[in-house]
Amino acid sequence: MTATPAIDGWFTTGPDPTLLGSGCTTCGTVFFPPTSGFCANPACAGEEFEETALSRRGTVWSYTDAQYQPPPPYVAPDPFVPFALAAVELPDGLVVLGQVAEGYGVADLHVGAEVELVVEPEHASDQLIWRWRPLISGRVTEMGEEADQ
Amino acid sequence: MSRNDVAVAGVGMHPWGKWGKNFVEYGVHASRAALADSGIAWQDVDLIVGGETVRNGYGGYVAGATFAQALGWNGAKVATSYAACATGAQALDTARARILAGMSEVALVVGADTTPKGFLAPNAGERWTDPDWLRFRLLGMTNPAYFALYARRRMDLYGATPEDFAAVKVKNAKHGLENPNARYRKEVSVDDVLTSAVVSDPLHLLDICATSDGAAAVVLCSTEYAAKHGIGGGVRINAISTVTPTFPQTVIDMPLLSTDATNAVSAPEQTFKESIGQAAYDEAGIDPADVSVAEVYDLSTALELDWIEDLQLCKRGEAESLLRAGDTTIGGRIPVNPSGGLACFGEAVPAQALAQVCEVTWQLRGQATGRQVEGARVGITANQGLFGHGSSVILSV
Repeated sequence: MTATPAIDGWFTTGPDPTLLGSGCTTCGTVFFPPTSGFCANPACAGEEFEETALSRRGTVWSYTDAQYQPPPPYVAPDPFVPFALAAVELPDGLVVLGQVAEGYGVADLHVGAEVELVVEPEHASDQLIWRWRPLISGRVTEMGEEADQ
Repeated sequence: MSRNDVAVAGVGMHPWGKWGKNFVEYGVHASRAALADSGIAWQDVDLIVGGETVRNGYGGYVAGATFAQALGWNGAKVATSYAACATGAQALDTARARILAGMSEVALVVGADTTPKGFLAPNAGERWTDPDWLRFRLLGMTNPAYFALYARRRMDLYGATPEDFAAVKVKNAKHGLENPNARYRKEVSVDDVLTSAVVSDPLHLLDICATSDGAAAVVLCSTEYAAKHGIGGGVRINAISTVTPTFPQTVIDMPLLSTDATNAVSAPEQTFKESIGQAAYDEAGIDPADVSVAEVYDLSTALELDWIEDLQLCKRGEAESLLRAGDTTIGGRIPVNPSGGLACFGEAVPAQALAQVCEVTWQLRGQATGRQVEGARVGITANQGLFGHGSSVILSV
């Protein structure tokens, strides 16, 4: 069974996954989630967008976690397992929220910390979702356990 | 003070709590209290503006008419506003605009809600283009998680501590002790906050406001009408800010999954929340230094600190110093949330911005028994609604 994304067209799922934004072909502003129709820059009449892969690395704007089970439509495992969340500033000029990669928590993060995009199965399904993985000492660690050491 | 002045003729509330009744009952109670306070008969009100509630079926969607019918049809014109947490300010602004245009003389503005226990969740159904639905579905991103992002940023950037956040709760709990409309009227210690469960790190259960039932109403009239009938004790609304953000909005904002990008257009000079207060100051022609009392939206303890800076009551990063020095406590330089704030009320969404105006009115009249800010002359409220709704009201006497 091939895992499918939890939402179509927002991110790639191969090696070195990226978020997929929309770049306005008139003013160049990048949008995520992907958009169509009209450019949200009030000074721009643009109506055409091109798919734009966002930077895979960014820095943490802020972070937190969910220690209480969020209400539906969040699909929670039973029993619920707390998870971390991060808002990440990308070199593309925007901040994108995401869950933090499996095995990492708030103790692995600080404002300004470097993170990298990964794609992992959702907490209670095998559908894929984008996540932010901390880059400890500027290097990718494969396992949360290593990062904790 | 401003050419847009209208008079606050009367204010009234239904106490906040979990009463399990219909929202209409709360709204009528608050309306009658506000009308009695104003000395104006319901039959003399020519405009009613209701704050919509999304949790009470059709009657809630058409709240203005629902309240009008419950008060007894009097032929008044009707409007209903919805701007999430900023609903009350938008409803107030609608009433004010008609009064200033000479199209209405006396308006009743009322908001009421009944709320379920626990996290505020999106409406039922599957909506893959609704960010409010998607943030729960894809990320499990609750309201407190957004509040926690802002709180954590204060810690990492300005050295705030969980003890500081707890101190906000301690202060507000003390402020609200004597407030007859507050839901929670009990002292809280720093230790109580820090030993309550963590909801979203670094925020504890007692850092985050509850959801409540409640209602607030404001009777507005033209300054001419107030003068002619000797109404209102001189309290004026000088400004109502209902501004939207300016592109690109660069601070992550509930319920969105991202900010606008600055790659083509650079960020505006002020953040959205800064611009909300600025627009109110500009309209009123009042300087932040002239403010004697503030009611701000403490959805979380840490958010109160953000608002103090957004309203320019101190410089960025200095709100903790103000708090620690007791400046934001009643008796201090600039008391914040003398009502007890959301910490003591919990949130009744369409009523909350009106409740802030009720409190500031009582403060300016010197009627805030047990929580009076002595000599209060100018008050400001601040609040923000989901999806880009600013809300700030300046009142003076």
